[in-house]
Amino acid sequence: MLDITQKLVELIRLASTSLPDWVENRLRAARETELPGSPAWNALDAISRNVGLSRQNSTPICQDTGTPSFYIQQPVDWPQAGLTQQVRAAVTQATHLGYLRPNAIDPLTGVNSGDNQGGETFPELHFRQADGSRLVIDLLLKGGGCENVSAQYSLPDTRLGAKRDLEGVRRVVLDAVFQAQGQGCAPGFLGVAIGGDRAGSYAIAKQALLDWPDVVNPNTELAALEDGITGEANDLGIGPMGFGGKTTLLGTRIRAAARLPASYFVSVSYMCWAFRHRRMVIENGQVSYE
Amino acid sequence: MEKRLTLPLTDHDILGLQAGDAVLLTGTIVTARDRAHQWLMDSFIQPITIPDQADLAALDHLKSYLDHGVIYHCGPVVRTYPDGSYKVTAAGPTTSLRQELYTAEVMHFFHLKGVIGKGGMGERTLQACQDERAVYFHAVGGAASLLATSVRRVLGVYQLEFGMPEALWVLEVKDFPVIVTMDAHGNNLHASIKAISSAALQRLYNKKS
Repeated sequence: MLDITQKLVELIRLASTSLPDWVENRLRAARETELPGSPAWNALDAISRNVGLSRQNSTPICQDTGTPSFYIQQPVDWPQAGLTQQVRAAVTQATHLGYLRPNAIDPLTGVNSGDNQGGETFPELHFRQADGSRLVIDLLLKGGGCENVSAQYSLPDTRLGAKRDLEGVRRVVLDAVFQAQGQGCAPGFLGVAIGGDRAGSYAIAKQALLDWPDVVNPNTELAALEDGITGEANDLGIGPMGFGGKTTLLGTRIRAAARLPASYFVSVSYMCWAFRHRRMVIENGQVSYE
Repeated sequence: MEKRLTLPLTDHDILGLQAGDAVLLTGTIVTARDRAHQWLMDSFIQPITIPDQADLAALDHLKSYLDHGVIYHCGPVVRTYPDGSYKVTAAGPTTSLRQELYTAEVMHFFHLKGVIGKGGMGERTLQACQDERAVYFHAVGGAASLLATSVRRVLGVYQLEFGMPEALWVLEVKDFPVIVTMDAHGNNLHASIKAISSAALQRLYNKKS
């Protein structure tokens, strides 16, 4: 098995320090919609300058480099145990190089492990056996601020008048954006899951974030709801950092999953503007990054 | 146009600030977040444990930095060099509301003139800003590399055993960019935006899609 530890360190460096172009373009476009000199414009301008500086100096875009979450699609000749070992080694190395902040804390003792190793679940690794010969590794760095404002609703929700239909979904998702205000580092992105059980629903909502930038929702009704929610959220006036303004959300992705008769969960994974997602592909010994 | 202020701050500085003002801060600030606030509270402010000599020595130093000074809600990325020196490479704010339980008491205890963070704080802190003549400064969340360029030097670190993000880092900053979002006159930009967005949400609910 090939040793790809150093390639994985580069994946982590890219994710932490170099925001994907499509995210940066949306942030720039958002700045142009705000009033020059307003707190909203100034925040988006600082964000743009920060993105450039981070890329230039290879320093973290945000100090909260989150839970390193790896989504791995591996062909049969890439054993899971070996990949796990290499990912863990790369995470430790990237932490010592300052691309990741030491973030894994024992909840009982309060001790920070110092190297982002926190037992079975930290870093987070998701494996899926893939056909063919392409090894695909997605890395998502999602910080605690936006994780804290992520939310789950159980429908029907009497307070919000949300029934078990897409109008109900719309109402609770808009409520999640309202509750978050600027706390999740607006303007954000939403991954939404309809259905699943409690744990699965949250997991799917987070994975929906990985659909960007390419995947278009195959369900036209959900695609319309995605655009509708983004547009309406921007009418809330929360704005960048919650300073007020036109830009509260930069996009929404919705996935649906089978549910139980008694349960109708809607989960909202709020991703801050610093949408740190990078992909590495290895095929025939060639490594490429997206 | 930004106002330039030098730490420590005076009552006069504070009373001249209004919610919405952009400010560039120069001087010494101290990072403190969840663990640090609980430590300050449990060890010194409303003690439930007996502080040891090291705790008391740390407190003496912190008092000298924080008298009329500013706490920064931040868990930075700090590189350590072989000679033992430090460099802050990423230092954006963390969500402040988690310190709502402690901030009024911490402000009073240290005679703080402000806190820097993101997302704003609650009613108790707003009241404390009026009582103590202090303000809430908002830094741009996630702008960690940019804000780190305003950090000139690490003057010291306390409670490093809490881990890099949770330790109290004493930082010399120059022209650190912030916006006043809660002032000493009772104005709270976050409460205004919440009211505006609440009304907008009700309109959207009434409209239905």
